Amino acid sequence: MQTHSDYRLSQLDELEAESIHIFREVAAELERPVLMCSGGKDSIVMLRLAEKAFHPAKLPFPVLQVDTGFDFPEVLAARDNWVDRLGARLVVASVDEAIRHGVVVDDGKTSRNRLQIGTLLHAIEEGGFTAAFGGGRRDEEKARAKERIYSHRDEFGQWDPKNQRPELWSLYNGRLHAGEHMRVFPLSNWTELDIWHYIARERIEIPSIYFAHERKVIARDGMLLSASDAVQPRAGEMVEERTVRFRTVGDMTLTGCVESQADTLEKIIDEIAVARVTERGATRGDDRFSEAAMEDRKKEGYF
Amino acid sequence: MARVGADMDLLRFATAGSVDDGKSTLIGRLLLDSKSIFEDQLASVEATSASKGYDYTDLALLTDGLRSEREQGITIDVAYRYFATPKRKFIIADTPGHVQYTRNMVTGASTADLGLVLVDARHGLTEQSRRHAVLLSLLRVPHLVLAVNKMDLVDYDQAVFERIVAEFTAFASKLNIPDLLVVPISALKGDNVVARSEAMGWYEGPSLMHHLEHVHIASDRELRDVRFPVQCVIRPKSDEHHDYRGYAGQVAGGVLKPGDEVMVLPSGMTSTVAGIDLFDEQLAEAYAPMSVVVRLTDDVDVSRGDMICRTKNMPTQTQDVDAMVCWMTTAPLRAGQKLAIKHTTRTARTIVKDVQYRLDVNTLHRDLGADQLGLNEIGRVQLRVTQPLLVDAYERNRTTGSFILIDEATGGTVGAGMINTGS
Repeated sequence: MQTHSDYRLSQLDELEAESIHIFREVAAELERPVLMCSGGKDSIVMLRLAEKAFHPAKLPFPVLQVDTGFDFPEVLAARDNWVDRLGARLVVASVDEAIRHGVVVDDGKTSRNRLQIGTLLHAIEEGGFTAAFGGGRRDEEKARAKERIYSHRDEFGQWDPKNQRPELWSLYNGRLHAGEHMRVFPLSNWTELDIWHYIARERIEIPSIYFAHERKVIARDGMLLSASDAVQPRAGEMVEERTVRFRTVGDMTLTGCVESQADTLEKIIDEIAVARVTERGATRGDDRFSEAAMEDRKKEGYF
Repeated sequence: MARVGADMDLLRFATAGSVDDGKSTLIGRLLLDSKSIFEDQLASVEATSASKGYDYTDLALLTDGLRSEREQGITIDVAYRYFATPKRKFIIADTPGHVQYTRNMVTGASTADLGLVLVDARHGLTEQSRRHAVLLSLLRVPHLVLAVNKMDLVDYDQAVFERIVAEFTAFASKLNIPDLLVVPISALKGDNVVARSEAMGWYEGPSLMHHLEHVHIASDRELRDVRFPVQCVIRPKSDEHHDYRGYAGQVAGGVLKPGDEVMVLPSGMTSTVAGIDLFDEQLAEAYAPMSVVVRLTDDVDVSRGDMICRTKNMPTQTQDVDAMVCWMTTAPLRAGQKLAIKHTTRTARTIVKDVQYRLDVNTLHRDLGADQLGLNEIGRVQLRVTQPLLVDAYERNRTTGSFILIDEATGGTVGAGMINTGS
């Protein structure tokens, strides 16, 4: 934190202060919060902010991860390091287990991404969690631009965009009825570039796949997918070795990478600053199905 | 491209105006010209414009996020937009202009440093633009910009512009607007949006973007009265930090330093600031809006909802609150009604004692005969609270002077209040 003689705050310090305030409000007012962590850069920044909010005490809530079965091992490793260092309790909600127990139905056509929704809602219900912190940012996508910081979900976990609570000043309303829960987005006002500046400033450990590396990839639907057990070449497709990095991390079968030489934070920041395509548009198969793909998934209870 | 840095400051601004005023086009223009729109977003908007048979790319499509909005061609909710130039980062609270959306406008303005009102040069000031200015003034947004749009459709005529300036200045004298700029623009053609317009050589002021980048906001911060509402108590109860006890919160006003003599309200106990912590840093001072942990030298009883301030400069402690309230739900606000009230970090119950008058936000007329407030109406209201609140007048501090009202049955946020002087 750099204080200034003219009592100015840098925008990054102002964003940090706002996020810390949100974490503390939720911990003080809502009974059983949980922090949803995919191991991606946004959720790791959330862990850092939560750490700052309660230091030197430990996080007053557990960390929840939805295991799709197709997560990048590098991402799981980064998540484990963080959880160990913070001494936090980790709750894993596995899509495979949810399928085995009939919580969600894998009909062979539904993507893992959609199956995550049912798995997540089940985990929230089972854990009795009344608030779930998510790393969503309003700059990510049009439907997210209209979401509140405290996003109220009904007993089915659904989001009703036309019936959101007005959110004024920094006065958050955490009132809930039995069975309802709140999704809370402490990073609402951060942009992709802010996240990277903060990671650089705070020297935050993030998964190695964000940095340029050699990887076997398959070009499909204008995206480069990582070749793995889950993603095999189809007829006419080739596996090639390219220098790539990931801009977002999610399910391996849906998350593409981009060709890049950016192997340091400074180079990544320079690359983002001149990028001409949004991170989701570039690399997320799940947002491409329709113009309202994200809105529909959000209404059902997606992050 | 210049490196957009981490050390620049932040300007939050609220825009008001309807689709017809070209507000979405202006926002699209600001995003496009600051290179904050990405190719895939632009391509999607171009494709939609073409499929609808438009002659030009409808930049308004960039901001209409929800499907029902696109279908109806209107904006129904506050949308937050982000862009940055090498000088500043900007957060736009984009609010729809229709009368039924007063609550959205109030929401967007509550956190804004600057309000941007659009008018159509062909129509001049409308009831709607007056209402927007009144709301921004009521919410104490310190800077106001009136953008006279569609100057291209009046042949960039200076006389048209001057007429609107004169009319608005006369109206604004009745409001509380500390800083005003009126700028003639064409959002569609880009005149005076980022670069000064060649078509309007007669205009000597800054372009809109130049003003947004340079308007001085540091002095808007409240630095006189120390106000630190306590959010929670940090007690690690670990071997390493056995005796650590700190009070976490976000500074709402003033400058707090180690060594300062302070008073904890409502108990009235006094102590001295032992240290101010932010994670592993010990700070020499804290001011709004920093989130910190304050440690005191004495073991006094402090909990959530309390406020730390200086011994000779305290907020008013009162159970009777006199406020301007914006009502946000269909069932009207009436005397006798019971609600929950959240003010800083304190939540209590309240009963409405009296609706004193309803304010006509178009004419500023006070209807003293009114005994209730309907959806999107604003009026002066007296409340009695079950426990004392620690308040300042809203005009003095937007954090300790504001509150929300919550319907205890539905849990919804149904009102927003700004506390009057003398509460």
